[in-house]
Amino acid sequence: MAPRIDDEIDVLPPKGVRPPVIGPGQTLGTVTDRIGGIVLTKHTPIFWFAVVAVSVGIMGILNTAIAYLLGRGTGIWGINIPVGWGFAIVNFVWWIGIGHAGTLISAILLLFKQSWRTSINRFAEGMTIFAVMQAGLFPLIHTGRPWLAAYWLFPIPNTMGVWPQFRSPLIWDVFAVSTYFTVSFLFWGIGLIPDFATLRDSAKTLMVRRIYGLLAMGWRGSARHWNRYETAYMLLAGLATPLVLSVHSVVSLDFAVSVVPGWHTTFFPPYFVAGAIFSGFAMVLILAIPFRYLYNMQDFITLRHLQNCAKVMLATGMIVAYAYILEMFMGWYSNEKYELAMVHNRLHGPYSGYYFMLVLCNIIIPQLLWFNKIRSSPLALFLISCVVQCGMWLERFVIVVMSLQRDYLPSSWGMYWFTKWDVMTLLGTMGFFTFLFFLFIRFMPAISIFEIRTLLPQSKVKE
Amino acid sequence: MTADPIYGLLAEFDNPTDLVHAAKGAFDAGYRKMDAYTPYPLEEAAEAIGVHHNRVSMITLIGAMLGMCGGYSLEYWVSVINYPINAGGKPFHSWPSFIPVTFECAVLGASLACVFGMLALNGLPQPYHPVFNAPNFTSSSRDKFFLCIESQDPHFSLGDTRKFLEGYHPELVTEVPY
Repeated sequence: MAPRIDDEIDVLPPKGVRPPVIGPGQTLGTVTDRIGGIVLTKHTPIFWFAVVAVSVGIMGILNTAIAYLLGRGTGIWGINIPVGWGFAIVNFVWWIGIGHAGTLISAILLLFKQSWRTSINRFAEGMTIFAVMQAGLFPLIHTGRPWLAAYWLFPIPNTMGVWPQFRSPLIWDVFAVSTYFTVSFLFWGIGLIPDFATLRDSAKTLMVRRIYGLLAMGWRGSARHWNRYETAYMLLAGLATPLVLSVHSVVSLDFAVSVVPGWHTTFFPPYFVAGAIFSGFAMVLILAIPFRYLYNMQDFITLRHLQNCAKVMLATGMIVAYAYILEMFMGWYSNEKYELAMVHNRLHGPYSGYYFMLVLCNIIIPQLLWFNKIRSSPLALFLISCVVQCGMWLERFVIVVMSLQRDYLPSSWGMYWFTKWDVMTLLGTMGFFTFLFFLFIRFMPAISIFEIRTLLPQSKVKE
Repeated sequence: MTADPIYGLLAEFDNPTDLVHAAKGAFDAGYRKMDAYTPYPLEEAAEAIGVHHNRVSMITLIGAMLGMCGGYSLEYWVSVINYPINAGGKPFHSWPSFIPVTFECAVLGASLACVFGMLALNGLPQPYHPVFNAPNFTSSSRDKFFLCIESQDPHFSLGDTRKFLEGYHPELVTEVPY
């Protein structure tokens, strides 16, 4: 099936009317066929092979970079004294931030009964898991000896009798990120069980039926099962909500608990959480816009979804802008020369270009989202989301590098020059992420079939 | 009447309203060993067959408690008993810094208990179930709604129950063999 541009669906409704959450004319059967069809079709589209081939190639770069790293050590990266936290930590924070939108969409919007989330929650959850996998890679490889990292990171009994330091935010981070990965995976997994049952029942060949049958674990849609399932789903959403807020808060404490100028502030946790949601929704749009176009899913991911994501981006972007202003204000208000020097360094230091780029990408360009026309244009949203993604990466670069390169003693000031290995690792994780995401949309239902059914008018019991 | 014992009688409906109507009727007629099968969660169907409460919340709470106590005890044992290290003059039992890990462990324990508790209460994974023997049952995960009255029910009799179900105008009533 060749991609088509469905003009009728992307036309804006008259003023004052919001686009529908689901295209007209869908029934329980067509929903099943359309979404299940992506997975069960025998004809894998050409673009799928093209994207997977390119991303596997990029993964080759990642593997090369990691193999060389393991052979030579972290000296191949640009890190040194005073900047000991370079790309690895920037990339870690960036990826984990991207991973925040999935749980926000699936858990928080579920609790707020925002039914529009249903079309995008499944692949946003997938995106979360894959992004957290990329994020998790960095703390692991930045130890230089990941085969020893198990007992450095986790409290594992060992013959040396040493244990992690539980007063350190770095160990809180290990627990937060690994719990977040596990809970996101469980949430995604239980959401998939009824859909695997659907695929099992509509599979045409025995092999496919067996595979999805195994994954569905014998799910049969019993009312007793659904009753417990719904309780578990809501409870998991309730648990994931404070969890998702805690994860980036804990990540921000990695910085805020230290005494480094520019890091030692109390507003870091909410600032980081807002930034995470900002970049996460940008990533949702970056993935959703090509996906709905390539697989003709405009009926399910409508303009309403894109507009709502854009509104969330606008709101969180404004919070991030407020945090940038507050950063400057706190530097001035502290009346401490080191904090003031930090502010001066941001504006006039050797990395000020990065700072102004981040202001442009994260504050100025997203202001376009105030216009309904921009919010209704998939292409414009896609481009703005890419810009935001760059801006959020720059934000982490500014936070990590700028504070470390010039702290209290001018004699210990220095510069940070990243190497080609840093860039290869960052690029490589993007390839790995794309690869996992495309495997996911080919072999698992990227839109939750059973939840979409509940949106249809005919799914309601009439009195 | 067939000589082989059967699992039950399965009535197929093409909309949720008819299913809930039939399920309510069956419950009022005294049937208890029955189940409704729907392609998406239908609260009314569960209520109609008399399912109201479940123990998932209790299991989740127990998981949260275990995770919380486990996490805090681990931190206490490591930092106070087994490997006490003076870090910046902070007390060995510096409980405020133990809170984040305690919280994460509580969420982890609760989530694992929630998901695996739900699966265990539902008896999943379950490789075999007689209801799959009904040839039209595959559409239960698509667009059809089923009510199955099981032969184990004391009120069950093949002829009467079939007549009873047909009174609700299902698309089809089939016998489900074991």
